[in-house]
Amino acid sequence: MKIAVCVKEVPDPTAEKRIDPDTKRLVRSGENTLNRYDRHAIEEAVRLREGAAPGAEIAVVLVAPASASRTVDKALAQGGDRSVHLADDGLSGSDIVATSRALAAVLARDSYDLIVFGQQGSDAECYVMASAVAERLARPCVTQVAALALDGSSLKVKRQVETGYETLEVSLPAVISVSDAINEPRYPSLPAIMGAKRKPHEVLSLADVGLAAGDVGVDGSRTHVSALSKPPTRGDSVKLEDDGTAAEKILAFLVERKVVA
Amino acid sequence: MNYDLPAEHQALRETVRDLAENVIGPVAEELDRTSTFPLAIVGQLGAMGLMGVPFPAELGGGGADILSYAIAVEELARIDSSVAITVAAHTSLGTSPIVLFGSAEQKERYLPELCSGRRLAAFGLTEPGSGSDAAAIRTRAAEQPDGAWVIDGEKMFITNAGTAISGLVTITALTAEGETSNLIVENGTAGYEPGPPLHKMGWHASDTRPLAFQSCRVPAGNLLGPRGNGFRQFLEILDGGRISVAAIGLGLAQGAFEQALAYAQQRNAFGRPIAKLQAIQFKLADMETEIAAARHLLYHAAWLKDRGRPFAHAASLAKLYTAELSHRVVNEAVQIHGGYGYMDEFPISRFYRDQKILEIGEGTNEVQRLVIARGLGV
Repeated sequence: MKIAVCVKEVPDPTAEKRIDPDTKRLVRSGENTLNRYDRHAIEEAVRLREGAAPGAEIAVVLVAPASASRTVDKALAQGGDRSVHLADDGLSGSDIVATSRALAAVLARDSYDLIVFGQQGSDAECYVMASAVAERLARPCVTQVAALALDGSSLKVKRQVETGYETLEVSLPAVISVSDAINEPRYPSLPAIMGAKRKPHEVLSLADVGLAAGDVGVDGSRTHVSALSKPPTRGDSVKLEDDGTAAEKILAFLVERKVVA
Repeated sequence: MNYDLPAEHQALRETVRDLAENVIGPVAEELDRTSTFPLAIVGQLGAMGLMGVPFPAELGGGGADILSYAIAVEELARIDSSVAITVAAHTSLGTSPIVLFGSAEQKERYLPELCSGRRLAAFGLTEPGSGSDAAAIRTRAAEQPDGAWVIDGEKMFITNAGTAISGLVTITALTAEGETSNLIVENGTAGYEPGPPLHKMGWHASDTRPLAFQSCRVPAGNLLGPRGNGFRQFLEILDGGRISVAAIGLGLAQGAFEQALAYAQQRNAFGRPIAKLQAIQFKLADMETEIAAARHLLYHAAWLKDRGRPFAHAASLAKLYTAELSHRVVNEAVQIHGGYGYMDEFPISRFYRDQKILEIGEGTNEVQRLVIARGLGV
């Protein structure tokens, strides 16, 4: 079985997000790291390899600047067998349409039985990349998978939805995104950390995957950001100095807003 | 000259820091308060290869270098010294004698369990009446006609000997007048009894006990290396151990400094954060300066050892400096916390109690100075 786990490099979530006023893009020049939601995707692939799909090969696939080697190594230490990294300056400024086109072109070079995404990126929080890539590859797609079981050539999945869970069966090859409730990612072992660099790393250019500069980047994107602003600060906060009656005032405040009855 | 830490070492630091902050940190206070040995944490560290960082991966170890080991111990001590000393004593004092001097049979019998952390190893040199004065040891091992050894004596302040997963202790004993040898004694051997845990100022969650040997018989095969090499072997073991104790001092100082910095920014006095007061700023600046110097000393000692060069002198410098710097840093860190620093509500009081032993264990500051002076040829 061949599994691809698509991962993303994101700005360090503990640092404050900044927007470049000229390009209107997220500033990515600070510390970057592996999107934390993707750790659940890698962990689930590793569990398949340890369980129902012994010998499964796990490729870590990403579209990211060439400088993303630490992110790649982190994903490999977590359990990936090899990496496929599309790194091309022409990709800068790609939106979901352009990025999904690039990812689909990388994924189409191989015959993956299962393509796994994390539920969202911790930077742009879009939740849709799995669906967009599945559409381009004409594969069935299930998002927000909270549990899965391999059953021959199909996957039985429990999908987290607002009202509860859906139980679905999807035939392979397929694309899924896993929820962050699906597992608790393990810490990588020391030998895995030390061995990550020695695993096969494939770095590709746009030409390698049959794309032209105009297919991706700003030119290949369908959304154009005209303005960005920080959310307004909330002005309706109330500050209480405790004179012995603060608890009663807080309770009254919550009752008034029907938060508690 | 290259001051960039290799990417693998950075990734290791990130992983151990994450584990220390998110798995160990939340339970550190309770383990300390209840003097509970962190069995589950040791299990998790073992599964990650962190109970045998510098030993071969084929044996269940981490397959990494001494610098990696120092970084791992430093990051553990930044959050919890009890866990750090458990790892350091097991690795440098417990397991390394068998790696360095063990026969093929001894390595095969013990290393897979030890390197993977499924069993803990201890090293028994200190006795009730002899510490740094190791020539004064009294424990005797008498050779029997069949080649076996019968051990009688006591050991003191031994780490990791009495936990639920303790597997063996390597002890130094007199095997003739003026002759010392090291012998492996497995837990459960008749005549070997780890005593009750000792009550300590700090390191509450680590296992420290006296050991008693009464007509304790071990087979001939338990002699470690050639007879009469006890003294030479333990000197080499202690040289390596200094790197890990120095790493505990560095990590403890780093953790104390970060706590002091955070507290100084949140605590107000005279209408502004105390971090705005020059008296506090100077303390913080001194801390950062000394910690940076200590890190260079320690990593240099590790770097020398990794290259197979003489490292013992550098390790002594690092051990002495981190022991004394951690004292200064943790003392000022408590001072910055004021009255809250004296309360157990903040981790800094635990750090204060955990620090003192670093100036005593594995060679006191005074003995460290003797060793360093000897290296000067004076």
